[in-house]
Amino acid sequence: MRITQGCFSFLSDLTDEQISRQVQYCLGKGWAVNIEFTDDPHPRNSFWEMWGLPMFDLRDAAGVLMELNECRKVYGDRYIRLSAFDSSHGWESQRLSFIVNRPTDEPGFRLERHEVSGRNIRYTTKSYAADRPEGRRYGGA
Amino acid sequence: MLAAVERAAESPPADAIDLRREFNEVGIGEVLDQLDRELIGLRPVKTRIREIAALLLVERVRKRMGLTSEVPTLHMSFTGNPGTGKTTVALRIASILHKLGFVRRGQVVSVTRDELVGQYIGHTAPKTKEILKKAMGGVLFIDEAYYLHRPDNERDYGQEAIEILLQVMESQREDLVVILAGYGERMDKFFASNPGFRSRIAHHIDFPDYADDELFAIAETMLHERNYRFTPEARAAFVRYIALRKTQPLFSNARSIRNALDRIRLRQANRLIADLDRVLSADDIMAIETPDVLASRVFGNDTGAAGA
Repeated sequence: MRITQGCFSFLSDLTDEQISRQVQYCLGKGWAVNIEFTDDPHPRNSFWEMWGLPMFDLRDAAGVLMELNECRKVYGDRYIRLSAFDSSHGWESQRLSFIVNRPTDEPGFRLERHEVSGRNIRYTTKSYAADRPEGRRYGGA
Repeated sequence: MLAAVERAAESPPADAIDLRREFNEVGIGEVLDQLDRELIGLRPVKTRIREIAALLLVERVRKRMGLTSEVPTLHMSFTGNPGTGKTTVALRIASILHKLGFVRRGQVVSVTRDELVGQYIGHTAPKTKEILKKAMGGVLFIDEAYYLHRPDNERDYGQEAIEILLQVMESQREDLVVILAGYGERMDKFFASNPGFRSRIAHHIDFPDYADDELFAIAETMLHERNYRFTPEARAAFVRYIALRKTQPLFSNARSIRNALDRIRLRQANRLIADLDRVLSADDIMAIETPDVLASRVFGNDTGAAGA
C-alpha cells in the first residue's frame, strides 16, 4: 500500500528536478529545509528522525539535494521527507512537508478489531512492517 | 543554469545567433565597464577577466546551438600581495558569472580556514559541508586558502576539508564556483603539496602590485567618496608619503593607503578641534592640509601624533 502524506500526496513520486524546484520555492520564501527519515510508516507517527541539522541560510536547492542524496545512500530503504520551517514571527512552524523517498516494497496495514465491553469495537491500524525491529523493516540488514 | 538547460532542450538548436544582441542581453558589458571604471590599475587582471567573460559568452552561444553540453570548469585562484583587490574582484566575478547564467544565484560566501575546519574529530566535515551548502548556486571565496594545509602537522583537520572541497569542486561543477585567494608564494607551495587543487582550477589570475600613481589615484577616489580633498601642497606631500611607505615593511598596497587616510583624517579632525573659536566653512572641513600628512611617522619624525 502506497503511503501518502503531506503535500503532493496525490501526485506520483516527484523526480529530483521537481524536488529541487519545490525546495527552491521554500528557500525563496526564506524557510529552512529539513530532511527527516523513518521506517515506522504509521500515519500518527509524527516523530521522524532528522538527518543533520535544519538548513538555514541556503540560497540554492543544490545544497539540499546534496544532503538528500547522502541521506538516501544511508537510509534509501526508508521513508524520507523534506519539511520547510518558517521561522518568521507569527508563524514559527512548519509550512510544508512532502515525501521524497519510500521503500520499494510497502506491505501496508492490517486492521485490528478490539472487542470491548458492551459489544463495542475499537479499531487499530498496524503496519506489517512495524512488526520487525527498527532498521530491519524494509529489507535493511 | 536550469533555465538555460531547459531552453536548450525545448527549442531546437539555433543555427544563427546575433552575438551583439546576446552580449547586450546578458548585460556583462556594463559589469566589465564598471570594473574598468571603478578599479584602478590591475591591467592584467582586467584583461584576463574580459577573456574569461568572452569565453563564457561564446560557451553560452555554443550551448544554444547544441555544440556543447558540458559545463566549463570555472574554479579560479587569485594570487597577489595583500591589498591588491582580490576580494573586490571576486565579487565582480560572481556578478559576471551570474549574468551569464553560469551560477544560478550569484551570492558570494567568503570564508577562511576557521569556517571550514573544525576543532575536533568529526567536526570538520559537517562544518565544511554547511559552508558548501550555503555557497551552492554562487561563489565560494576562500581567503588565504594555504592555511587549509598545514605541512608540519599530519593530523591537521585541514586535510579533511580539502578532500571534501575537492570532491564537490569536481562533482558539482555546475552548482558551485570556488575561488581560492592568497599571497603568491604561499599559494604556490599550497598547490605544490595539493596537486589535486591545481588541476581542478582553470584560471590562475595573478594580481600585480600597484604603481605609485595608481596608489595615489586610489587615495583620491577614497577621499572623494568620503567628501575630503587634498590641498595642492598636501597632495605633493602624499605623493612623497606613498613613495616612502612602499619602501617600508608590511606595506599592503591599497589597504595601507586606506589606513593612512584614516589616520590622516584623525589628525585633520584633531587639528580642527584644536582651534575651537574658529568659524569653519565646508571647504575647511573637507580640506586635508600638509601638516596632516607630514605628521606621519613614515617621514621619520617620531613625534607624529598618531603612529605610522
